[in-house]
Amino acid sequence: MTLVLLRRRLVGSIFVLLIVVIGTFLLLEAAPGDAVDAYIVSTGGDAGMIELLRHRWGLDQSELTRLANYLWALLHLDLGQSVTFSRPIRDVILERLPTTLILMVSATALSFGLGSTLGIYAGARPGSLRDRFLSVASLALYAVPGFWLGLVLIVIFAVDLRWLPIGGVETLASDKTGLDRAADIAIHLVLPVSALGFIYLALYLRMMRAGMAEVWRQDFVLASRARGLSRRRIVLAHVARNALLPLVTMLGLQSAQMLGGSVVIESVFAVPGLGRLAQEAVAARDTPLLLGIILTSAVLVILINLLVDIAYAFLDPRVGASEAGA
Amino acid sequence: MSGFTISRRTMLTGSAILLASTAMPTSSWAQTPKKGGRLVLAADSEPRNLNPAIVASNGVFFISSKIVETLAEASFEGKDGLAPRLAVSWEGAADGLSATFKLREGVKWHDGKPFTSADVAFSALRIWKPLQNLGRTVFKDLSAVDTPDDLTAVFKFAKPTPFQLIRNALPALSSVVPKHVYEVGKIEDNPANNAPIGTGPFKFGEYKAGQYYRLTKNTDYWSKDEPYLDEIIYQVLPDRTSAAAALEAEEIQLAAFSAVPLADLDRISKVPGLKVITKGYEGLTYQLVVEINHRRKELADIKVRQAIAHAIDKDFVVKTMFLGYAATATGPVPKNDPQFYTADVPTYAFDVAKANALLDEAGYRKGADGNRFSLKLLPAPYFNETKQFGDYLRQALAAIGIDAQLVNNDSAAHIKAVYTDHAFDLAVGPPVFRGDPAISTTILVQSGIPDGVPFSNQGGYKNDALDALITKASETLDTTARTDLYKEFQKQVAADLPLINVAEWSFISVASDKVGNIANNPRWAVSNWADTYLES
Repeated sequence: MTLVLLRRRLVGSIFVLLIVVIGTFLLLEAAPGDAVDAYIVSTGGDAGMIELLRHRWGLDQSELTRLANYLWALLHLDLGQSVTFSRPIRDVILERLPTTLILMVSATALSFGLGSTLGIYAGARPGSLRDRFLSVASLALYAVPGFWLGLVLIVIFAVDLRWLPIGGVETLASDKTGLDRAADIAIHLVLPVSALGFIYLALYLRMMRAGMAEVWRQDFVLASRARGLSRRRIVLAHVARNALLPLVTMLGLQSAQMLGGSVVIESVFAVPGLGRLAQEAVAARDTPLLLGIILTSAVLVILINLLVDIAYAFLDPRVGASEAGA
Repeated sequence: MSGFTISRRTMLTGSAILLASTAMPTSSWAQTPKKGGRLVLAADSEPRNLNPAIVASNGVFFISSKIVETLAEASFEGKDGLAPRLAVSWEGAADGLSATFKLREGVKWHDGKPFTSADVAFSALRIWKPLQNLGRTVFKDLSAVDTPDDLTAVFKFAKPTPFQLIRNALPALSSVVPKHVYEVGKIEDNPANNAPIGTGPFKFGEYKAGQYYRLTKNTDYWSKDEPYLDEIIYQVLPDRTSAAAALEAEEIQLAAFSAVPLADLDRISKVPGLKVITKGYEGLTYQLVVEINHRRKELADIKVRQAIAHAIDKDFVVKTMFLGYAATATGPVPKNDPQFYTADVPTYAFDVAKANALLDEAGYRKGADGNRFSLKLLPAPYFNETKQFGDYLRQALAAIGIDAQLVNNDSAAHIKAVYTDHAFDLAVGPPVFRGDPAISTTILVQSGIPDGVPFSNQGGYKNDALDALITKASETLDTTARTDLYKEFQKQVAADLPLINVAEWSFISVASDKVGNIANNPRWAVSNWADTYLES
């Protein structure tokens, strides 16, 4: 069953990736200015130097030639050379990927874990005071722009209280290793993970709550009540469990948005991740680098959604069966 | 220390500060410098190529000037505004065909090899002249560098070259890199471009992309007892608000190059333990300029350009946008330049009525909607202030019946729109004055420059008399005569307004009280910091 799913997804993914690459390339070509224009902002230079740079960076070739060259190299799993870093793009991305992954996974765990727990808490007594308070509070968080939340957290916890570092992913040039280093990274990630996670918390909370309100009205809840089960048991084992399913779907969709949100959070907290790299690549018009980042992100999103589907098949066997049989 | 710490209030009292700062005597420091310590400072961008011999830009110098040294550095008190570094003396021949540099003895590269005149010859001929963004202009007539002995380098020029220009170019254009490292392979692909090897007080340590650069003490530095610091760490902080927060949280001790936005300075100057310093950037003056596309028939009319100049309230711009941290401009050379500046130029007082009268005279009467004509206005996005001035200029132009439509682009798009596509009527740009008008200033108004050259005359302006003056100045060897020609140049530019100079500004540092010997030369942020220290 899972194998069928995998095979079908793989074929589909290749087309998705191809569309992503060509689309991104064309979009970047449509943006005015190229890598040389972006570079000479800080240096200036005469006509001869500019011509030299365009030639060196292959920008004097036609768009079609460059796209064809890129796709040909991609076929050989070569992401090419970054113009701004003068290094293989694969290395540049691999250096940043773990940071973004840790940030995303932690923030997702926070928003999913806390969001669904609070959602159960609120949904256990729909319409109660705590339910209303949580709904309003979480919506307020959702409405706050990410960078602002980040800055407020910095001012409170890093500048005034000085409990946590203002940014970065670890203490600079500290030469820490092993567990010390892991603890150091964890402390540095508290604020960015909170800033990123709290924004999406509302989504899970409200979905959970709405789902539970829906399930409460189902016949089997009435039946379990009639069987004399405790309220606690009904909430956790029957209502919450059934309401959890749509959240898992959301988890997959949300991973793409998380990547987008990390661009802002990584800038505010000076976290050296993929989001910030993407921003720099756009500003520098480093087309191959941006293509590499977007490809990586696309693969990541596809993988996460595949995992979600597999998880779904286990949680709700009906879904897996219908997908395999269709 | 009090001489350097300037509150916002004292700054506001006059825009003459920029002018006064060069004349200010250097204060002597009460403390004796302490040895040791790690200085952590904010860096807002990450230059990839750290070779200052190839890329002569402030972003690169900020880091690499501590590693790779120039022949001479700018100085407040030195003769001709220079202090010796790798060269101990210099002299130009009367015919302008040669210049002789005597080099410092006992200097070693970071890899232990001795520094000699061969390194200077290699850097000049193989890098500055063919590859460097600014050197390609200044050293274009350099034909050979003779090395009669290890400590003498004689520059030979194919055409007479004013020594004043060469001298003024030394602080920014004369970074010397080791021949033995660069002579093999392509210079642009040399790994040392990302991990420079020099003679400076600090060695390149490591670079973690997106995180930090680490420089470590050169224990074998030619100036005994220097440097004082053990390490310099540049922490990459891409968000401009985070530098101020990092200073307050004592995670960094210095934010140079105005990493703390002007609007935050008032607040941050009141934080105990932090000081705001406006000195140390006199040699890095930026000019706020309205670039004009003379292809537009309205703008080709001198009366219209004069009207626009009269419509701009320069004092307001300095006080409100720059919060007093700037000076009003009179022409293409900034007031704080000690050699060339003249105030004796036509000026344009803020006078809306006169501006309106000039436009009426030019035949552009107001239509029924109150507008005379429309313009496309492109403010450069590189600085907050250039963007803000774009908003201001739109309002100022509205007051004289010119409808300006703002077009906001990012850096790459702006460069292309203005300097390649000429798709603008007015643009706001921040050209840099680099100590001599021939380095990057005359190019702003000179004709005959190919399309696509950034920070040059791309507005289609052509003035034969001005072109002739620029050519004559570039060939004049006598320093006094040459200086006079550039004074005449300022007069002609201010009279004909190929562009409109509005204000001049420089950067601001915010530092912890613990950092000593800050701002003791006019290019401090991009100098070698051998004498910078941290009090314990």
